[in-house]
Amino acid sequence: MNIVVCLKQVPDSGDVKINPETKTLMREGVDAVINPFDCYALEEGVRLKERFGGTVTAISMGPPQAEKALREAISLGADKAVLVSDRAFAGSDTLATSYALSTAIKKLGDVDIIITGKQAIDGDTAQVGPGIAVHLDMPQITYVRKIEEVADGKIRAERMNEEGYDIVEADMPVLISVVKEINEPRIASLKGKMAARKAEIPTWTAEFVGADPKQLGLDGSPTMVVEVFAPPARQGGKRLEGEPADMAEQLVNELKELQIL
Amino acid sequence: MNHFLTEEQQMIKETANEIAVKKIKPVAIEYDEKNEFPWDIQKEIADAGLCGVYIGEEYGGMVPKGENGIMNLVIAVEELSKECGGISLCLAATALGTIPIILFGSEEQKQKYLPSIASGETVAAFAITEAGAGSDAGSIQTTATKDGDSYILNGTKQWITNGEVAGTYVIIAMTDKSRGARGATAFIVEKGTPGFTFGKKEDKMGIRASSTYELVFEDCKVPAANILGKVGMGFMVAMKTFDMSRPGVAAQALGIAAGALNDAVDYARQREQFGHHIIANQGLRFLLADMSMKVETSRAIVYAVARSIDSGDLKCAKESAIAKCYASDMAMEVTTDAVQVFGGYGYMKEYPMEKRMRDAKITQIYEGTNQIQRDVIGHQLVKEAASRK
Repeated sequence: MNIVVCLKQVPDSGDVKINPETKTLMREGVDAVINPFDCYALEEGVRLKERFGGTVTAISMGPPQAEKALREAISLGADKAVLVSDRAFAGSDTLATSYALSTAIKKLGDVDIIITGKQAIDGDTAQVGPGIAVHLDMPQITYVRKIEEVADGKIRAERMNEEGYDIVEADMPVLISVVKEINEPRIASLKGKMAARKAEIPTWTAEFVGADPKQLGLDGSPTMVVEVFAPPARQGGKRLEGEPADMAEQLVNELKELQIL
Repeated sequence: MNHFLTEEQQMIKETANEIAVKKIKPVAIEYDEKNEFPWDIQKEIADAGLCGVYIGEEYGGMVPKGENGIMNLVIAVEELSKECGGISLCLAATALGTIPIILFGSEEQKQKYLPSIASGETVAAFAITEAGAGSDAGSIQTTATKDGDSYILNGTKQWITNGEVAGTYVIIAMTDKSRGARGATAFIVEKGTPGFTFGKKEDKMGIRASSTYELVFEDCKVPAANILGKVGMGFMVAMKTFDMSRPGVAAQALGIAAGALNDAVDYARQREQFGHHIIANQGLRFLLADMSMKVETSRAIVYAVARSIDSGDLKCAKESAIAKCYASDMAMEVTTDAVQVFGGYGYMKEYPMEKRMRDAKITQIYEGTNQIQRDVIGHQLVKEAASRK
């Protein structure tokens, strides 16, 4: 089984601060980690490999330093890794990013399953995984909490929804995005760390993957960021004091004034 | 401080630390209460590849052929012991049962036993102690009588760490009582061998996540091919094993103390009394400083001895004894002081401090009491003095 896991390198959420003037992330001195949801995706990919055989390829689009996340993916059980990195990708929104990743995945050859985390913790869009499936014209199952069965070219999975879960079946190749309930990621083994140290991680450019430059970067990104602002801090509520009967009367009056009653 | 770890050793440290923090810490108190061997943690340690850090590459471990891996073992045991000095014995007590095979095993024996220990499938144990033979190991009563191509073992071993859970045991038994110390022989005995059963499970003060049992041999037939070294070499096997394994006990003590110090500093920084954090009290900072000095000096001697062994210097009886004795006495002091820093909370079972104090105590007693260690050191001093003349 050829398994592809998409990873994003994100700032470690515990350390993130926002520059109050520019409203942008202050990335200096902040550790970069594998997006936590993608760790579950990777673990599920490695478990599928352990059950059915095959290879796990970790792929990430990002700046050169994202190689560190891919090396970590190898220590956690991926067999190989590819970094998709090019100035031409800079400024890509989720549409352009999913297009770029889909061209790179095509370049990998036959794929049976693509696994992503449900969303990245920096952008929180949950759009890139589904976008890849659409670009590759394959079915997708999002918010997967359990893979029940993989057999005869089909996959059956439990998909979380607000009330519970659906059991969904799809033809393969398929893209699934996973939630954290799906597994408990392993600790990197010494063997994995040794392999990660030695691994050669190629960098694939836009030209190499044969991506159409018009669909990349700012040109390929219909999303416009009009304004970034911090939501106003929540004001404290009003506190009523006195005897219970007086407070009840005050409360009713105030609610009437506000035309709630 | 730069401890000059190799890249591999740094990986061992990080891996063991991750297991300690993520897997051991949440369950340490629970296993202590249950007095049960932590098979799930053993599996984590195995999956991470830590079981083979001191075993040769050719047997599935990570030590290059012809080298020793005691420093690797020390680093792993120290990190695991920071969160539980009982659970770390999955690795440390197995090492005690494996080192005699590494040192004295034939190629066939190594091929047969080391790979499954390196992969973590098999846990190992070492057994010399008996009811009447603790420090006086020469008075063991378990016998091994020759019977054709086999030996028949009879007797009872006591307080055997990893008893019952281990698959491979190294047993010291008397093959010829008339020869005294030269009449003992080391045997590899597999769990399940007819005539080999387990007696009492011990209920201990500390290291309660480790499994401590009596081993009972009743006409237990062991092939002569399972002799380690030669007939009559049993005590030599034991002594050489201890020389190499004592840094592991020292590392256990070091880890227990270092974990206690870390928690004591964290606690002192957040505990408020008299309107300020208690770490602001100089008296308390002096106490923590003394604890830190003890931990660091112990680390220095433990690492130095482990590295000396890894360099090929196996005449390390004195230094090995110093490391074990110094680090374990230190661990008892530091854990006692750490309980003091925690005050009443330190004395309560819901915090891991009183447990560390209980766990530390055994390191002064087993693998040779600290009185025996001092005796070894003194004996070596006399020998060294004699050889100078």
